[in-house]
Amino acid sequence: MKRAFPILGILTALLLSYALYQGLVVAPTEKTMGDVQRIFYYHVPSAWTAFILFFINFGASVVYLIKRNPAADIVALVCAEVGVVFCTVVLITGPIWARPVWGIWWTWDMRLTSTLVLWLIYVSYLFLRRFSSGGQTPTLAAALAVLGALCVPFVYFSIWFFRTQHPQPVMGGGGSIDPRMLHALLINWLAFSCFAYLVCWSRYRLEKLQRDVDEAHAMESLLDPQRSVR
Amino acid sequence: MNGNPYLFAAYAVTWIIHIAYISTIVSRYSRLKREISELKRRDVRS
Repeated sequence: MKRAFPILGILTALLLSYALYQGLVVAPTEKTMGDVQRIFYYHVPSAWTAFILFFINFGASVVYLIKRNPAADIVALVCAEVGVVFCTVVLITGPIWARPVWGIWWTWDMRLTSTLVLWLIYVSYLFLRRFSSGGQTPTLAAALAVLGALCVPFVYFSIWFFRTQHPQPVMGGGGSIDPRMLHALLINWLAFSCFAYLVCWSRYRLEKLQRDVDEAHAMESLLDPQRSVR
Repeated sequence: MNGNPYLFAAYAVTWIIHIAYISTIVSRYSRLKREISELKRRDVRS
């Protein structure tokens, strides 16, 4: 397992470079928006990756609520944290694309607002985990994650159900896309998914190690309270 | 492809965010390693 990480790291770096090349060079320039449309190759895969991570967080939270499995709790925490990072990318790259195309950085339209609310829910989840002490924290966080996950399909389908300024979905939206653009998009999604997997893996190992160290500290103070005070 | 400042900004910001997050993981990991060696040292002494 230890040897697999650097190999996967190198493969992911190569895939990310190939995806960057596809997005910047191979994919054709969009007629109306020009090069600024290429932001889409980072914005959309980041959104899809964030949604998948939030769904894994939901599944792990449900498992934790049913079985009280500590590994499921770690998976939930890690996916929420990495998901928030990807969602942050979505919320920043979106306005950077909107400024030259719409002429404004932000509008309170349903897709944008619901994405911001989704981000705030998962940031609250991370704050709860970071600043709340006590045995009930993982349970409360899992309950919040289950409710937060309900927001994910709402964000995704908001452009189908509401009149919005946001572009229609790339797939299933009734429009068509150049095959080279679709290829660049899917390659970028694959690359960012592999990258997210590696980051989650590292973060999982870190969290597990942190819990082992905390346990060692607790044992130490139980066995020798004098030394832990010193 | 022409050099578009918005495109450059979006791609740069994406990697700045990811690199910043990875740096926090690395710094937390090195802090934890120091803590583990301190725990081991105390364990040997006792």
